[in-house]
Amino acid sequence: MRILIVDDSSATRTFLRESLEATDGDAGDVEVSEADGGLEALRLLPRGPYDLVVTDINMTGVNGLELVKFIRGQEQYASTRVLLISTQSSPKDQQRGLDLGADAFLAKPFTSDQLRTVVSRLTGGGARG
Amino acid sequence: MADTTEKAREEFLSEAQELIEALSRNLLALDELQASGGEDPALVNEAFRVVHTLKGLSGIFAAKSIGTLAHRVEDALDALRLGKVPLSAELMDVLFRTVELFWQLLGSEKDGGDPPDLQDFLGRLRNLMVNPEQGDGASPVEFDPALLAVLTEYEEHRLRTCVERGLTLYKVRVVFGLETLDKELEGIKTQLSHHGEVITYLPTGEAASIDTIELDLLLASGSTVAEILEVVGKTNVHIEPVSGGDEGSVQGAELAAVPERSLAPDKGATTVQPKGGDHESELAQGGAMRSVSQTVRVDIRKLDVLMNAVGELAIVRGALGRISERLRAEGERQLASELHRLHRSFDRRLGELQGGILEVRMVPLSQVFDRLSRVVRQISRDVGKQIRLVITGSDTEIDKLIVEELSDPLMHIVRNAIDHGIETAEERARIGKPDVGIIAVNAFQKGNHVVLEVEDDGGGIDEKFLIQRAVESGHLPAVQAAELTKDEVMNLVFMPGVTTRMEAGDYSGRGVGMDVVKTNIAKLGGVIDLHSERSIGTKITVTLPITLAIVSALLVRCAGYTFALPLTSVSEALSLDPTNIKWIDNREVYTLRGASLPLCRLEQLLELSSQAAPSKRRRFVVVATVGNRRLGIVTDELLGQEDIVIKSLGRSLKPVRGFSGATELGDQRVALVIDVAAIIEEVLHGAETRELMGSVHA
Repeated sequence: MRILIVDDSSATRTFLRESLEATDGDAGDVEVSEADGGLEALRLLPRGPYDLVVTDINMTGVNGLELVKFIRGQEQYASTRVLLISTQSSPKDQQRGLDLGADAFLAKPFTSDQLRTVVSRLTGGGARG
Repeated sequence: MADTTEKAREEFLSEAQELIEALSRNLLALDELQASGGEDPALVNEAFRVVHTLKGLSGIFAAKSIGTLAHRVEDALDALRLGKVPLSAELMDVLFRTVELFWQLLGSEKDGGDPPDLQDFLGRLRNLMVNPEQGDGASPVEFDPALLAVLTEYEEHRLRTCVERGLTLYKVRVVFGLETLDKELEGIKTQLSHHGEVITYLPTGEAASIDTIELDLLLASGSTVAEILEVVGKTNVHIEPVSGGDEGSVQGAELAAVPERSLAPDKGATTVQPKGGDHESELAQGGAMRSVSQTVRVDIRKLDVLMNAVGELAIVRGALGRISERLRAEGERQLASELHRLHRSFDRRLGELQGGILEVRMVPLSQVFDRLSRVVRQISRDVGKQIRLVITGSDTEIDKLIVEELSDPLMHIVRNAIDHGIETAEERARIGKPDVGIIAVNAFQKGNHVVLEVEDDGGGIDEKFLIQRAVESGHLPAVQAAELTKDEVMNLVFMPGVTTRMEAGDYSGRGVGMDVVKTNIAKLGGVIDLHSERSIGTKITVTLPITLAIVSALLVRCAGYTFALPLTSVSEALSLDPTNIKWIDNREVYTLRGASLPLCRLEQLLELSSQAAPSKRRRFVVVATVGNRRLGIVTDELLGQEDIVIKSLGRSLKPVRGFSGATELGDQRVALVIDVAAIIEEVLHGAETRELMGSVHA
C-alpha cells in the first residue's frame, strides 16, 4: 500500500508516518511518502499512484480542501482514498472536505490506534462509495 | 500520548519552539507597527495561523496545557483579525505574556516540571474578550459557492475581510513546471505581494500533466489588472478579476462561469505570452526564493557526529602527510610526490567539508535579539521606565549551541540595565537627560570571535557603593579597598554575592548575579568586560568564539607535555628575550613593543615537574588575547598549527578548571586543550581573589 502524507508540520508527519508504518505486515507492505504542503503533494501525486492520501486541511498555499478537489477532478486518481485531518474547531472545513469527495475526516487530536482503525477501514473494504 | 516515539516527540519540541519564536517575532512587528500608527492585517493573520498550528500540534502530542493556551489565544487572535475586539495596549500586553507562558509550558514539557498555572492569565484574557460582537453578522458580500467550497474557514475570513476593505479579488492564472514550482511560485508571489495579499493557490485541474500544473493564485488587491501585469508582465500570466470593488459583490453564477470566459482577452483580462527562454531567469530575480521544501531540519547532534568524523579525517590527513615525508626521506621521490599531491587535494576537500558543516551550524543572533526586544518591552512597562532598545548587527552569525546558551546571560545583563542602569523618568528629567532611556545592543564579528556590546545611558555604577558591598560581604578587606584600580573595582561586580545584594528589583534580583552571568559566558569560552562611568552609563562587552565545534589550534610543548591553544585566542607567538622580563608587584611581566604583558609559566601554574628543562634553550612567548585582556604564556617549543576537534574530559574531570577538553592529534597522541579565558582569569584575577578571600578568612 502506498500512502502520501501531506502536512506542513514535520513533527506531525513523523507521527503519522510512524503510526502508519506500524501497520506494516497486517495489510501488506506500507510505503509512505511525505509532502510538506499541498504544492509538494501536487508534485508528488503523478509519481503515484497512491492508495491513500492523508492530508491536513489548514496549510498555506494549496490547502487540503483544494487538494481533495484536485484529486477528485483527475481521472487517474479515481481509486485514491483521501483522509482529511484537522482540528475539531472548524466543522465548516470538515463539511466542505467531505462535500468535495474526501473519504473520511479525522479530528485532531487522535491516537495512532484511531488513525490505524480509520485507515484500515478505508483501504480494507472494497471500492470507494 | 504514549504512542509517539522519541523522535517524533523531539521534532514536536523543536517545531513548537520555532512556532513560539515566530509568534514572538510577529507580535513585535505588530507592536512596532501599531506604535507608528500603521496596521497590517497580514501580521494578525500570520500570528493566528502560527497559534492555530501550535494548537493542532500540541493536540497530537498530548501537550495539554500548551493546547489549552493556544486554543484561547487563537480565539483572541480570531476576534482581533475579524475586528471584533480592538488591538488595545492591554491586549498587546497579554499577547506578549502569552509568549512567555508558551516558553514556560514548553520548558516544563521538555523537563517534565510543573507547568505554570494558567487560570489567572486565562481569566485576564477572557475579560478582554467580553462583548465581542456575535458572529460575522449578515455578511454583505456573497461569493461563488464553488469558490468557497475549497477555501478553509480561515481563508474565507481573509477573503471577506479583504473584499470588505474594498479590495478587488483576482485570479492570477499561471502554468508552472512541476520541477521548478517552488522557485517560480515564490518569484511570482513576491511580485504580487507588492500589490496585495495572495490568499491561496487553487489548482485548476487543467493542464495538469506529469511535468506541469496550472494554478489560480487568489489575489486581493487595490491595483488594476494593468498595474499588476506590469510587475509580473513578462511571465506567462493571465489575470481575471473575480469581484470588483466598485461592483460590491459578485454573484455566484457570474463567478462560476469565469474560467471559460476568461480565456477571451477582451473582458478586462490580459494574457501575456512568455518571451522564450528568459522566463526562469526573470523569476529568479523576483526576490528571496526561500522555500520550505528546500530546507531540512537537522538535529545539531548529528552535526556533531559529522564534525567528529571530520576530526578523524583530519587525523588521517596528518598521517598521510607524515608518510609522504617519510617516503621522501627514504628516497622514494616518485611515490612521495604522488602521495603529496593526493594529500593536498584531500586537505582542500576536507577544508571545504569542514567549512560547510560549520556554516550549517551558524544562525543569526536575531534569534536571541527578538526575545530580548520582547523582554525589554515587558520589563520597562512593568517598572514604569521608558526605554528604547536599539539593536544593530542582528544578522551576525554564531554557532547554534552558543546562541542557545547565550539567551539567559544576555537577558540578565539587559534586565540589570533596565532595573539599575536607566534612571526613573523624574531623575532623568532632573539631570537633564532625555526622558527615554536607551539600551543599545550591538553585535559584530571580529576575526574568529563575535563581540556583543550592551550599552545603556543610565546612571552608571557607583564605585563607592560597590566597594562598600564587597567589603560588607567579606570579599574585600577594607585595607585593600583604597588600592584598587578602576578596572579592579568594576570587576567586583562579578564576584559572587556582591551584585545580588545590590539588586532588589523585581526582575534582576532573583538571586542570580553577574557572577553567574560571567560563569556562563566563560563556559562558552567567552569573556565579559564591564566599563562604567558615573551618570553617563554602563557598557558591557561579551566576547565569544564563533563556534565550539572545531578550532584551529597552536600546539606547544611545555615540560615535556603537548598542549593545544585555540588560535582564536592567540594573537602572536615570539621568541622569548629574557632581558625583557621584569618583575612588577611580585609578578613576571614581559615588555613587548613598549607595552607590558603579564607572563604565565605553564609548568608553574599547572605544577608540572619539568622532565627536561634545558634552561639555556630558546623559549617562546605565546601572546593570548581574550576580549581586551592579554597574557603571555611561556612555552618550550612551538609545534605548529592544527585543526582540532575538542572532546569533553568527561564527567569526573568536569571540575578541573583551565582546560576546555582534550584532543587527539595526528600522531595518535592526546593533548589537553587550554581554556585560555580561564587561564587568563586565573592569572590576572584568580590569584588576587584567592588572596583576598584568604586574608578574609584568616
